[in-house]
Amino acid sequence: MSTVNYVGQALKNLFSKPATCKYPFEPREFPERTRGHVENDMDKCVLCGLCQMRCPTGAITVDKKEQTWAIRPFSCIQCRSCVDNCPKKCLSMDRQYQEPGERKIEKKFDLSDSQKEALAAQAKAAAEKAAAAKAAMEAKKKAEEEAAAKAAEAGDTAGAAEAPKE
Amino acid sequence: MSSRSVIPFGPQHPVLPEPIHLDLVLEDEKVVEAVPSIGFVHRGLESLVTKKDFKEMVYVAERICGICSFGHGFGYCDAVEHIMDIQVTERANYLRTILFELSRMHSHILWLGLMADAFGFENLFMDTWRIREKVLDMLEAATGGRVIFSILDVGGLRKDIPDDMLKGFLPVLKDIEKELAVDIRTFLNDGAVKSRLCGVGVLSAEEVENLGCCGPFLRGSGVKRDSRKLGYAAYDDIDFDIVTSTDCDTYGRTYVRANEILQSIRIIRQAVEKIPAGEVMVPVKGFPNGEHMTRLEQPRGEACYYVKANGTKFLERMRVRTPTFANIPALTQTLQGCELADVPILVVAIDPCISCTER
Repeated sequence: MSTVNYVGQALKNLFSKPATCKYPFEPREFPERTRGHVENDMDKCVLCGLCQMRCPTGAITVDKKEQTWAIRPFSCIQCRSCVDNCPKKCLSMDRQYQEPGERKIEKKFDLSDSQKEALAAQAKAAAEKAAAAKAAMEAKKKAEEEAAAKAAEAGDTAGAAEAPKE
Repeated sequence: MSSRSVIPFGPQHPVLPEPIHLDLVLEDEKVVEAVPSIGFVHRGLESLVTKKDFKEMVYVAERICGICSFGHGFGYCDAVEHIMDIQVTERANYLRTILFELSRMHSHILWLGLMADAFGFENLFMDTWRIREKVLDMLEAATGGRVIFSILDVGGLRKDIPDDMLKGFLPVLKDIEKELAVDIRTFLNDGAVKSRLCGVGVLSAEEVENLGCCGPFLRGSGVKRDSRKLGYAAYDDIDFDIVTSTDCDTYGRTYVRANEILQSIRIIRQAVEKIPAGEVMVPVKGFPNGEHMTRLEQPRGEACYYVKANGTKFLERMRVRTPTFANIPALTQTLQGCELADVPILVVAIDPCISCTER
């Protein structure tokens, strides 16, 4: 039992480099998987809203009308749920932590112009396709109705002819 | 007979990491009675189950406490998986075991530092926390978070940890073992440290059993009980010893925790060696219906998770019995008759985690 057990370590600590890094001058290197904050690449986003649905804290707001994607970084818990569920892989997790702030802000991202055009073209194409599909459906329905009417007519005459036999 | 006086201890006190209030009734320098009161960090997390999707609830469970974060997430997932009859893959079980032991290590090393701080050994406190940083770095590299990992999910793990990363942990663990040996030697053999720990807060094996204690506090009094031996996750494939001490005092509790860190290193080494390849996530379909109670050994002791589901995406009830809750009666018992100067040591000895207790 000695009281000088720790002296060796204490002396070593005195003469060795500090265990901490000199933070503002020497930025910290984060490992690859560090969850810092969420970033959105607005060139790829299609505003599907899956991230908003999957966010456990409701920090993400997707406005399809205004074509904006917004996140409240102080409500975000960095769970990576939105990034994992993003179908277009436009969401990513940056390794740097969210900067502190005085107020709980909301970061809003506008859709990029090229993406806006692409989405508009897509919507137009989809609308055209839907209209074409609708027209085709109606034509098919009409044809079916006509066929059914014809069949009914034929059935009536056949039924009338067959009825006396029974 | 001298007159009695009441000294308030906490909720803000240098030795307390979290708020708990104790009314210490003193007779001269001796504590005759200690009345604890809690309720400073109650957040109502248990009732959130009725408002949050059962999968989103994993995040809430992880945030019950910062230090036992993995244990809480694991307990919740395990209970829901039992209800839904989900068989987690072998690899996920092994990874869970490794992460669980890493978080046990960081919790115990944190505790050693707090204990050093409580008996006034600043240098030792800082040295243990320097070592703890290495464990946190490993956890960050593996999961992406330092204390809140967000890697658990009902059905397994959200992300695989590659084998080469696990292998890379082994030299770090060796380093930690070597550096920790100096600190543990100081904790267990140093005369000055021993004079503060030995014979303080003595509770016999029978007393701790009657008070319903759990975890290292229980094992520090010589009771050999560890829920890891129930064999959840991958613990039944792994060989480890239950550390006990027959000292029955704060020294015994320190001995148990210090040696449990070394056991954790042993468990991680075996798990990394034995880990099978394969998937880490099982697809989860439908909603849970039924109830289950899970027991697991968290760093601070045995925790019980009760989950009741009703077939919708919201659960009906969740109840967590946390280890600190079970150890508070023992704390008031040990405080009776102790010196005022020993109060910080005795409070730290149960490793109080008030956020867990109040939820």
